[in-house]
Amino acid sequence: MMDFENQGFEEAHLHASRGEMESLALDDDDNNSNSGNDNNPSSRSNGVSNGDGSQHHHPLSSSLPFAEIPTTDDDDPLLSSSSPHQNPNSFNSLLEPPSYADAVFRSFDGDHGKQINGHGHGAVSTSYLSPSSNYLKISVTDPQKEQDLNNSLVPGGNTFVTYLITTWTNLPEFNGTEFSVRRRFRDVVTLSDRLSESYRGYFIPLRPDKSVVESQVMQKQEFVEQRRMGLEKYLRKLAAHPVIRRSEELRVFLQVQGKLPLMKTTDVASRMLDGAVNLPKQLFGESVVAAAVDPNDVSQPAKGGRDLLRLFKELRQSVANDWGGTKPPVVEEDKEFLEKRNKMQDFEQELSNVSLQAESLVKAQQDMGETLGQLGLAFVKLTKFESEEANFNSQKVRAADMKNVATSAVKATRLYRELNAQTVRHLDKLHEYLGVILAVNNAYSDRSNALLTVQTLLSELANLNSRIEKLEAAASKIFGGDRSRVRKIEELKETMRVTDEAKNCAVREYERIKENNKNELERLDKERHDDFFGMLKGFVVNQAGYAEKMASVWETVASETSGYAATSS
Amino acid sequence: MITTQRSPTGGGGLQSPRSPSSQPPFLSISVTDPAKMGNGVQAYISYKVITKTNLPEYQGSEKIVIRRYTDFVWLRDRLFEKYKGIFIPPLPEKSTVEKFRFSAEFIEMRRQALDTFVNRIALHHELQQSEDLRTFLQADEQTMERARSQDTGIFKKKPSDLMSIFRGVQSKVTDVVLGKEKPVEESNPEYDKFKKYIFELEDHLAEAQKHAYRLVKRHRELGQSLADFGKAIKLLGACEGDALGTAFSELGAKSELLSIKLQREAHHLLMNFEEPLKDYVRAVQSIKGTIAERANAFRQQCELAETIKLKEIDLNKMRLIRSEKMLDAEHEYEELKVEGQEATRRFETIVKLMNEEIVRFQDQKTQDMGRAFHEFAKGQARLANAIADAWRSLLPKLDSLSVS
Repeated sequence: MMDFENQGFEEAHLHASRGEMESLALDDDDNNSNSGNDNNPSSRSNGVSNGDGSQHHHPLSSSLPFAEIPTTDDDDPLLSSSSPHQNPNSFNSLLEPPSYADAVFRSFDGDHGKQINGHGHGAVSTSYLSPSSNYLKISVTDPQKEQDLNNSLVPGGNTFVTYLITTWTNLPEFNGTEFSVRRRFRDVVTLSDRLSESYRGYFIPLRPDKSVVESQVMQKQEFVEQRRMGLEKYLRKLAAHPVIRRSEELRVFLQVQGKLPLMKTTDVASRMLDGAVNLPKQLFGESVVAAAVDPNDVSQPAKGGRDLLRLFKELRQSVANDWGGTKPPVVEEDKEFLEKRNKMQDFEQELSNVSLQAESLVKAQQDMGETLGQLGLAFVKLTKFESEEANFNSQKVRAADMKNVATSAVKATRLYRELNAQTVRHLDKLHEYLGVILAVNNAYSDRSNALLTVQTLLSELANLNSRIEKLEAAASKIFGGDRSRVRKIEELKETMRVTDEAKNCAVREYERIKENNKNELERLDKERHDDFFGMLKGFVVNQAGYAEKMASVWETVASETSGYAATSS
Repeated sequence: MITTQRSPTGGGGLQSPRSPSSQPPFLSISVTDPAKMGNGVQAYISYKVITKTNLPEYQGSEKIVIRRYTDFVWLRDRLFEKYKGIFIPPLPEKSTVEKFRFSAEFIEMRRQALDTFVNRIALHHELQQSEDLRTFLQADEQTMERARSQDTGIFKKKPSDLMSIFRGVQSKVTDVVLGKEKPVEESNPEYDKFKKYIFELEDHLAEAQKHAYRLVKRHRELGQSLADFGKAIKLLGACEGDALGTAFSELGAKSELLSIKLQREAHHLLMNFEEPLKDYVRAVQSIKGTIAERANAFRQQCELAETIKLKEIDLNKMRLIRSEKMLDAEHEYEELKVEGQEATRRFETIVKLMNEEIVRFQDQKTQDMGRAFHEFAKGQARLANAIADAWRSLLPKLDSLSVS
């Protein structure tokens, strides 16, 4: 995964070697020959708020004059920092890996900002609704350990981490413009589950993983930081979704102090247990009791688990759909939908391939930068060695040439590092979309589940109908009527009425989900277009910009050593 | 191909009083056309060595012979033995990895190194007069093969060489017996400094060369991943369709194009930067060989001086007791004295030559490295410009597609 998290490790490693490099005397002509039009001597190290306000001090930043200049550059809107009314075109300077603050950094994205609307960057930018200037900005900070006083069987046991969730908004349904709550990860899981239930058919952003393995393997601090970033990204994505950002669930999560007033998700086992308890009543109880099941329950997926009987029926139906000889009572008819879904599957496959290759590309760029650095270092040592006790003038000349090459190699290394950071940022969009596709798949599952429920109920109705008919036929043959059969018929008719109501409910639900799918798909297509163009352009501008800088560095060396070319054999 | 010119300082010129004064003397060699000969385990690569000259010592103005790597090794060994004190130009190594032995890249690297090798000999004012060089450049294959096989083995060595070897062994044994195991060394602080310099230089250079080689590999890897990335993005574009699909395809195509440029630069980097560095390392290793020769010569001189002293003592004893062996002993003594002078002369020649060679070496290496750095920088600039151009050229297309 091209996580920002990994950047930390790479950085640490690079810091070491850079420190080494810097301890060997490099000229300050470094600063002067930082090539190109350096009119934006802005540094990342100050402009970044990681939410928790930490700044990453760079070991190299002290050696160059540009590093500590705060980002007050007017020309370049991209580099202005944390005002809430941020330019919708600004890339995520807030979530930027804050290092690489040494040599002049310049975002090359300046000229493509027009492509992006605020929605596109669901992940990180402040969200803008296009016409009115509503904003909903969220940050996750300040992880704290807390004790779970209620449930601990072991005194002083159960600790968990809470995060400070701060919201700035002018949306009317929130009472207030700035407020904070403390939430733990479990609350986020609850939020996510409730949203999935309420917003079936929507492309709901996926919450961060529970990461059980990682929580054991990683250092606590790193894990907490990783989780904090994940939560922030997730909440921001929710805030960027035009429908979900207005949801009551989200509002409650962001605003209500104390315990989260959303119904907790019980674990699967307990649900199944509840279902198992009810099952006998469903199977053997009076039909009246069975009818006491609320028809509106069908608006939720059966896999909730409490209604085992329904689960079994739907399972049977789905098997009949797949393997049975007869066509199910109602099928997915929307050809356009089917086509789009297939296209989405192809897209997903190619996208994950591209994402993989993008990772290798980033790695290759990184390796290149590292090796250049090591080469530079080796030449610096050689330079020192040759100049130390030079007996001959030719040695001194050679030492000077080597130094030239060495400093340029070191400059190139820095450029590669910056290039890579930017590349990761752009190509991360690919990863993001893989997540979006998962959300889409979930929405499509909602649809098929709803359809299955309809199909199941229709089958049941047909079943009930035929039983009634059989009974009526049998009863009519008996002279004087068959009291027990008649009673049975009445019961079945009652069941049928209830089932019919449920069916209608299910159909309504299904249609609703279909509509949601459609709207979401339209929204996605538009966003995708903008996002990907933005990504491509950003990537290209970035590559070109850094290549030009590198060319300039090497051209200087080439011209300074051009004397040797004349003596070539 | 290097043309030698008569230089006013006499440093690099050919001494050839009989050559026509109208034309300056030249000796120009090229090693070309590698060809695989033989099959299986016996297979080897042969090279065409083309000599163009107007020197009278050479038969004719142009000669083409076929040589293989072991012939070059022979030449180097002969020169090393005959011209002690001179830094003999280094040869490329034998290939240790079987698979690599016949790869196009390896053969090209070797060919270039061999070409450099012979031309450096031709340029050196002493080495260029070597008879072995003439043999190498002109003899037919059979003669060459005979010369090559003759020169191995101790039996073809001259008697005096044998004697000195025996004596060397003898004195070594004596030393061990007498507990004098430490080898005799010059006590010349400046020379010591030089030796230290050479040994440390080798380490530094080897490291730089190692990273240079890795850099070549990185270029190749980046090229490969750009190719893979380009291909994958093109597939994505095909699946996407419309303007976005076209954009993806265009990007993918550019990526593939740049992959090719990277591979090309990797090769250029290998040939023009990494190989010169490797050559530098080899040169330093060759100097170590010369250092060893000087140490040998010094030791021989010392040992002979020792032996002479002892002999003198013996002789005086014999004079006193009027031994009948005295005449023989006197005779031996005189012979030893001559040998001693020889050894001293040999040693002093080496010292003198080395001093000249060191100056030449430093000068030459500054030139060689300067050129290598220039090529390196030029190549990197060229690559970076190509990358920038390729991506920049894509931007207007992207712009127009994004609004369509």
